[in-house]
Amino acid sequence: MIALLLLAALPWIGAAVVACLPPAARRRSAWIAGAAAVAATALVLAAAPAVFGGEVLRFGVPWLPALGLDFGLRLDGLAWLFALLITGIGALVVLYAAWYLDPADPAPRFFTFLLLFMGAMLGVVLADNLILLVLFWELTSLSSFLLIGYWHGRSDAREGARMALTITGAGGLCLLAGALLIGHITGSTKLDVVLAAGDLIRAHPLYETALVLVLLGAFTKSAQFPFHFWLPHAMAAPTPVSAYLHSATMVKAGVFLLARLYPALGGSEPWFWIVTLVGLATLLVGAYTAIFQHDLKGLLAYSTISHLGLITLLFGLDEPLAVVAGVFHIINHATFKAGLFMSAGIIDHECGTRDMRRINGLLKYMPFTATLGMTAAAAMAGVPLLNGFLSKEMFFAETLAKEAHGAMQWLLPAGATLAGLFSVAYSLRFVHDVFFNGEPVNLPKKPHEAPFFMVLPVALLVLLCLAVGLAPAQTAGPLLAVAAQAALHGAPGAPLPAYQLAVWHGFNLPLLMSAVAVAGGVALYFGLQRFVNLHRIARLPGWVRHGGRDVFMALQTAGVHAAQALTASLETGSLQRYLSLLVAMAILAGLLPFLGDGPTTPMAPFRMDAAGLGVVVVALIGVLATAATVIAHRQRLLALVLVGAVGLAVCLTFVWFSAPDLALTQLLVEVVTVVLMMLALRWLPAASAPEPRRPLRGLVHAGLAAAAGTGIAALTWAMLSRPSASISDFFLAQSLPLGGGSNAVNVIIVDFRGFDTLGEITVFAIAALVMHALLAGFEPTRGVVAPGERHPLMLQLAARLLLPFATLVSIYLLLRGHNLPGGGFIAGLVLAIALMLMRLAHGPQWPPARAARRGHDDYRRWLGGGLAIAVATGAASWWLGSPFLTSSYDYPWLPGVGGVPLASAAVFDLGVYLVVVGGTMVMLLSIARLSRGIGGVR
Amino acid sequence: MLALLTLAIGVLTGCGVWLLLRARSFDAVLGLTLLSYAVNLFIFAAGRPKVGADPLVVPGTPATLATMADPLPQALVLTAIVIAFAMTALLLAIALRAHAESGSDHVDSKEPRQ
Repeated sequence: MIALLLLAALPWIGAAVVACLPPAARRRSAWIAGAAAVAATALVLAAAPAVFGGEVLRFGVPWLPALGLDFGLRLDGLAWLFALLITGIGALVVLYAAWYLDPADPAPRFFTFLLLFMGAMLGVVLADNLILLVLFWELTSLSSFLLIGYWHGRSDAREGARMALTITGAGGLCLLAGALLIGHITGSTKLDVVLAAGDLIRAHPLYETALVLVLLGAFTKSAQFPFHFWLPHAMAAPTPVSAYLHSATMVKAGVFLLARLYPALGGSEPWFWIVTLVGLATLLVGAYTAIFQHDLKGLLAYSTISHLGLITLLFGLDEPLAVVAGVFHIINHATFKAGLFMSAGIIDHECGTRDMRRINGLLKYMPFTATLGMTAAAAMAGVPLLNGFLSKEMFFAETLAKEAHGAMQWLLPAGATLAGLFSVAYSLRFVHDVFFNGEPVNLPKKPHEAPFFMVLPVALLVLLCLAVGLAPAQTAGPLLAVAAQAALHGAPGAPLPAYQLAVWHGFNLPLLMSAVAVAGGVALYFGLQRFVNLHRIARLPGWVRHGGRDVFMALQTAGVHAAQALTASLETGSLQRYLSLLVAMAILAGLLPFLGDGPTTPMAPFRMDAAGLGVVVVALIGVLATAATVIAHRQRLLALVLVGAVGLAVCLTFVWFSAPDLALTQLLVEVVTVVLMMLALRWLPAASAPEPRRPLRGLVHAGLAAAAGTGIAALTWAMLSRPSASISDFFLAQSLPLGGGSNAVNVIIVDFRGFDTLGEITVFAIAALVMHALLAGFEPTRGVVAPGERHPLMLQLAARLLLPFATLVSIYLLLRGHNLPGGGFIAGLVLAIALMLMRLAHGPQWPPARAARRGHDDYRRWLGGGLAIAVATGAASWWLGSPFLTSSYDYPWLPGVGGVPLASAAVFDLGVYLVVVGGTMVMLLSIARLSRGIGGVR
Repeated sequence: MLALLTLAIGVLTGCGVWLLLRARSFDAVLGLTLLSYAVNLFIFAAGRPKVGADPLVVPGTPATLATMADPLPQALVLTAIVIAFAMTALLLAIALRAHAESGSDHVDSKEPRQ
């Protein structure tokens, strides 16, 4: 069903288009958003014949096949009902918002968010597996955050958005955990499998855990007690958002989840107790609180909470008929509450305030809106001949019919009647306070009727309320049947319980409960108005002083403080401390594997083995020089010489152990390092200042150093005294046949692991460029003694003689590298050292000004050129139809020379060579050039 | 022979860490240099270095680890040497710049309270 994909994608496409419009494109963005919503509604309606015929429409493409996840959509009766609510009311909200939004508000942003939200909601109801459902669920949290915080300049909007995101987002995480558990129990997260596996799930020991996690998701989303407090704060959103999110969509996602998973999770004791009690508490708390709100939208918000509690309670009763009633009330509540929110928005829009203590007697200023608002409020109160009455009667009947334990038997009907009484009272307050009760008080604007297109959506919704209320079986009957059937059984075919949709059921107990509720509600409202004066009440009577918001804020503040304290304790600004922690952690990480009782082979006892005299001498020199470096580290020049000695000892180690390439590289790098440090030392103090005497710190550092040293030594010995299994036989065997070179080390660098090398020369080039950026054009001034430079003639002559030879040697090393010790790294270092010697001997006068003007001394070009050659060599193998960096080689016959070994890897090595020369020179020169203009010889 | 190598790696590591934890930037750079020697030798040691092994493949004779040096750790260490140099250079540049900007070569860019 490609139409299904189109339906799910339409809002996203619309959002992408609207997002590209300029902020002033108010009308165009409304048109596009409206078109997307209307087209989506049309697609939903077009699917009606199939769905009402008992089909389940599907669409699926593989998403993460390795995890058995498909991107699957599924449209059954329940999903169809919600899709209709989402798209249909969405279209009305777009029309309404087009007139509601202030010219100063950026309309494209609003409609983009609205369409994003619509897309996420459609995703939730259409998703074919639980993981996908959770994904869209979290997307509704995110997009509702954007919508609630639309007026981001207002702090209450930001706070409300943050609160809604935190609570519904956290609930979404619980839901994810629950979905994963269900997937674990049933072996699949596909909805068809899950809905058919109810008995398996209920019998599983993890059932209670999964149930509580899923319910946490549903309750936070549907603003159930005690998570209800985010919803009133979300009223800081523009009214179209409230009308959309809190009537038909966002908060309905929670009850949708209850309905959706009812076949899988419902039908058990824990389900009955948790869902029923939470629903009952929410129903009563919401209805009671709503009476005492002065804000029009606040009243509607708490009434929404109460009605959501009613629906939750119905699902909790765990009776087929109650589920039918719950689905019916979802439909009815969506229609009358969307209309009420829109009326509230019109009143706010035309009066400039929503305070019910000031807006009074609006009937004569806006009679049309007043009529519509009063009708919708009557539906909310459950007045006969309106849709709210029908589902409320069913609700009363179900609370009576439920056979429950002792106290619950009478608690349920009593609670239901009391809540009905409260809802009559707050509905009456809405009608009486706003449209009657004297004259408006001190309004910012003179109220008058709103534009036609703003009232039109309200009128349509109120007409629906009337139509369903007058002829329920003909209007809502078929829709209720398919939706309730899907909610009850999850798959088509199974029959619905017998029920009758009629306005008149005769004189019975539910009717008596309704009568008590209406009479009691009227008496309560007018009693409060007369004897207490509702307008004077600042705070909810008989309720705890600190609500959920205070708890939330306290937790948030505590979290921020804890994070700050942790940061402050870790981030002291002392690098020594950070490094100590780092070293300690590294030691711990190295130690950890040895603490467990995993299988270990015993380590050979440490013993000195036979070694030649030369080896011992070199090792001794190395160790002594290392120790001397530590002792003499404050005299920096001396320390530098000693480090050089250590480096040479390392170099000799490589020689001894048959690694000529390493020995050459180490030797050359040693030279370059010493030159670099000498250059740097001219700009640093000649000696390190003594550290302040802190015995404890010294002890800690010594301990860390000793632990690191012995730890690494032990690790080395443990490694060396065990048999090894190397993969290198492959490289050795294939070096000639595949790489065409007899120097296996070089073949590995430029061929087998060429991609590593490409990464390494890139890092090298980046380091050089960062150094250049740090020091180029920088003139040290503070705390720096400007040194003088001398350029002895003998050195100049020697350097000039050396440069051509060094260049020749360098090229030779590069060319032979594939077969003999050498290669790009070594050859590059040789050339760089010769060039640097010229620079040191001549000072800034070399290269000559003419060459410098042409940029011959700008070695950054070498970096770029080298990297380009290396990448181009790699890419050339694509052209030959092989993967990146595949090398090939041949022996072309040159007259007079014979067969010349030529491998494409040699070209790659040329790139390495250029980068090494360029990078080394950029690094050295960036420090050497610091002398320019400061005391040095120009 | 390998015992000496083990000892040397241990001493280099210990001394490197000690210098790394000093308060002056140049000392820390020296420490890093010593540490990089230690790390390179450690990786090199993983190839079970042999004395008198053939470093190069001779055409016509079988090339196996029995007679030859292990090329893989060598290739890794070769690039590591060059990268370590680049890191030393970069740190020196930062030390220079920090010293010139703050007037102190302390690693925290400010002289400690005495």
